[in-house]
Amino acid sequence: MATAKWPAIDKRTLIGKRIDRADGPVKAAGVARYSFDINRPGMLWAKLVVSPHARAELVSIDVSEAASMPGVKATWKDDSLLGKEVQYIGQIVAAVAAETEEIAQEAAGKVKAQYKPLAHQANDRDPTLSKDKPATRNTGNVDEAFAKADVKVEGEYGIPVITHCCLESHGQVAELRNDELHVWPSTQAVSSYADVSISDASGVPRNKIRVDCQYMGGGFGSKFNPGKWGVISSALAKQAGRPVKLMLDRDLELMIAGNRPSAFAKIKVGAMKDGTLTAMETEVWGTAGMGGGVPQQIPYVIDRIPNVRLTAKRIQTNRGPAAAWRAPNHPQSCFLTMSALADTAAALKMDELEFFLKAVQLSARAEVYSEELRIAADLIGYKQKAHLRGDPSGGSVKRGLGMSVHTWGGRGHPSECDVTINPDGSVEAKLGSQDLGTGNRTVIAIVVAETLGLPLEAVRIEIGRNAYPTSGGSGGSTTVGGVSTSSRFAATDALNALFAVVAPKMGVQPDALEANGGYIRQIDKPDNRISWRNACALLGVNSITKRGVNVPGESEKQGFISQGVGGVQMADVSVDIETGVATINEMVAVQDCGMIIDLKTAESQVYGSLIMGVAYALYEEAIYDLKTGRMLNADMEFYRLSGLKDVGKLKVHMMTSKAYDDRGIIGLGEPPVISPGAAIANAVANAVGVRVPHLPLTPDRVIAALQKGGII
Amino acid sequence: MNVNVQFTVNGQLQRLSTDPRRTLLDVLREDLGLTGTKCGCGEGQCRACTVLLDGSPVRSCLTEITEVEGRKVESIEGLGRNGRLHPVQEAFIQEGAMQCGYCVPGMIVATVGLLRRNPKPTQTQILDALNGNLCRCCGYGNILKAVQRAVRSVAPAESATSSRTGNPK
Repeated sequence: MATAKWPAIDKRTLIGKRIDRADGPVKAAGVARYSFDINRPGMLWAKLVVSPHARAELVSIDVSEAASMPGVKATWKDDSLLGKEVQYIGQIVAAVAAETEEIAQEAAGKVKAQYKPLAHQANDRDPTLSKDKPATRNTGNVDEAFAKADVKVEGEYGIPVITHCCLESHGQVAELRNDELHVWPSTQAVSSYADVSISDASGVPRNKIRVDCQYMGGGFGSKFNPGKWGVISSALAKQAGRPVKLMLDRDLELMIAGNRPSAFAKIKVGAMKDGTLTAMETEVWGTAGMGGGVPQQIPYVIDRIPNVRLTAKRIQTNRGPAAAWRAPNHPQSCFLTMSALADTAAALKMDELEFFLKAVQLSARAEVYSEELRIAADLIGYKQKAHLRGDPSGGSVKRGLGMSVHTWGGRGHPSECDVTINPDGSVEAKLGSQDLGTGNRTVIAIVVAETLGLPLEAVRIEIGRNAYPTSGGSGGSTTVGGVSTSSRFAATDALNALFAVVAPKMGVQPDALEANGGYIRQIDKPDNRISWRNACALLGVNSITKRGVNVPGESEKQGFISQGVGGVQMADVSVDIETGVATINEMVAVQDCGMIIDLKTAESQVYGSLIMGVAYALYEEAIYDLKTGRMLNADMEFYRLSGLKDVGKLKVHMMTSKAYDDRGIIGLGEPPVISPGAAIANAVANAVGVRVPHLPLTPDRVIAALQKGGII
Repeated sequence: MNVNVQFTVNGQLQRLSTDPRRTLLDVLREDLGLTGTKCGCGEGQCRACTVLLDGSPVRSCLTEITEVEGRKVESIEGLGRNGRLHPVQEAFIQEGAMQCGYCVPGMIVATVGLLRRNPKPTQTQILDALNGNLCRCCGYGNILKAVQRAVRSVAPAESATSSRTGNPK
């Protein structure tokens, strides 16, 4: 009898090994079909008409001229906005669908929208612009603690709005066929995608909406819902009676399809001479567009400082709306907290590692962080390279080290999976999950193949459709725990059903059997065995299908999954104080994520996070013109991402000992992207001797900080 | 007003009549069904759309269809020979040099273009040639390893490929 419990470390054949990605060959061959690649017979192209005003009353929209153009087959306008406000540049007011993209583009230009411009507000850097009652938090007696503190260290820090900039933009192809709406969206949530918005737009009930997303070009938190583009393309497809493709142009993708909220803060830290932290007072503000809130997990991780006061002020701005961006709120809270802590260490003239080793005692995972800090220090050569703030060596290139700690939940989401064993020995797993590029297909294949004692190639994984059993959206590092557990349960149940058929032929009870190396065999007499294929042939004409269901709370109690991880990162940077250019020499990530399914794709997540972190630490910022409310760098030349040259040396260390493994699976997509901004900013401060207070650490900001600090 | 254009794609002659405002990228993806070449930014800044034009990497989203008249286009789908993937494609698979994979066809085609003009590039030459091919998942570490692996394995195979494609039957 097979049990679902994860196999002991020494019994695993696939789980935890370095396994190649299942989707490697189709992606390298160029035959993986992404949503943008879907071309349907008779398909139309849609283009959007958007507000050129950051804030205005929409007086009228006239699509008649566009509609009468040859080749235009459908138009859409947002009548619900008439007489109301448009609130940001790029807000969609109308759309057209035409035979070709060029005609659609031309027709969109002929839509006449009249606006009455209103005063707008795009500034997120001035806390007095907040109109809300501030959120507050108060623990202990902050004033008394500051009065008794040996040092009080004050600083002001900021991390701007950045965008998702998915390489495949947002959008979908929509087609009404036989009373069903078929959609091919670029989404990170196939099971929940068919929501009421596209049902209403198409007039098709949700149980007749078929969602299909086999490959998608990045989401990072911004592609859970259909969005207005999903709604509009569904409506246009209905009106035209033909399939419609609507993918956002790059400028719109950057402006309206997702922004990570900004966070600026004044922070005051109270500490004793020996580095003991006694108080922290924070005023934090920032914007998430017109909605949303402001990150306020400050102090971050080091959250057992006894006396804490926080005031958080949301600033509403006439800018594109925010969307979840990997580890929502954590990178901001982390950067603000760790910057203030490193400045405290510097004010105390204390070694930063020693200071952080002490600080993490005020966290929920003191032992884990302490161990990880020591490992990271060894990996980066801390002892050999470390110096107090300000590289004492001569020359214009200064070198420094910085560090940061982070945390995340990452408990597996609700997930259902069907595993089928067929009489010919073939096996398939179906679930309404999706692969954002993290390696989800690979993970499911590993779990099912391991469970059935089969090679990876023997298992077919079917995901990306809402017709399959419901599985959660891929966000918050919840996927690996969710799908691994549901597919483990399903495969175990299916295997036991096969054992029940095979056992009488082998002259044993089902509970005497195990699956191993392509055979079903007697556990205590392995020579009594039958090949997988022959075993499955005994099924006659009937396949076995079993459904596994991951109920997160239950699975957590039983040790299949867990939540809550700690990670440490260190950065080694060089800064040219003549040019202000900061470059990464090396980054080290030490990460706990419980039991690992595929070490190769797990490490790949961490490497990718480090580089994504380099980008937001050094380059990324959605720059807004306050006078017009326009995003000035809504393209990929001036919205700068990292390239191959920017990487530096990267070292990843996964915590894989038995104690970590015993916790079960914990997701990994978010945690390693939290710390890079803080670690790099602290390294730059350590190198040049002064704090560069705002990310990204562009040459002009570095030079300004050096001038202010009297360094140059 | 449509124009007539004639060019080869992956060794096959293509004749079509199309809107001159269209790009090579559009024609490959929509008319010829070659969706392996990706549309990333659509304005020449991410290089997801890289193809080879007479053997050199170009951004197909910036290449007007009239520019390819009489010329030779190679896309990701045309790199393999005799049912086998190109060694650069194999190197990307072996190194796991992808996450979402949307940048990968452009990255691979740019690498093939680099190795044709310089079969033994130094690390600096690799970085210079591929720095403009953007990967938002930031899989650059493995991408660099894949290119280095390809440099080690590709030179003989690629020169053989070049001689074959140079003599179309």
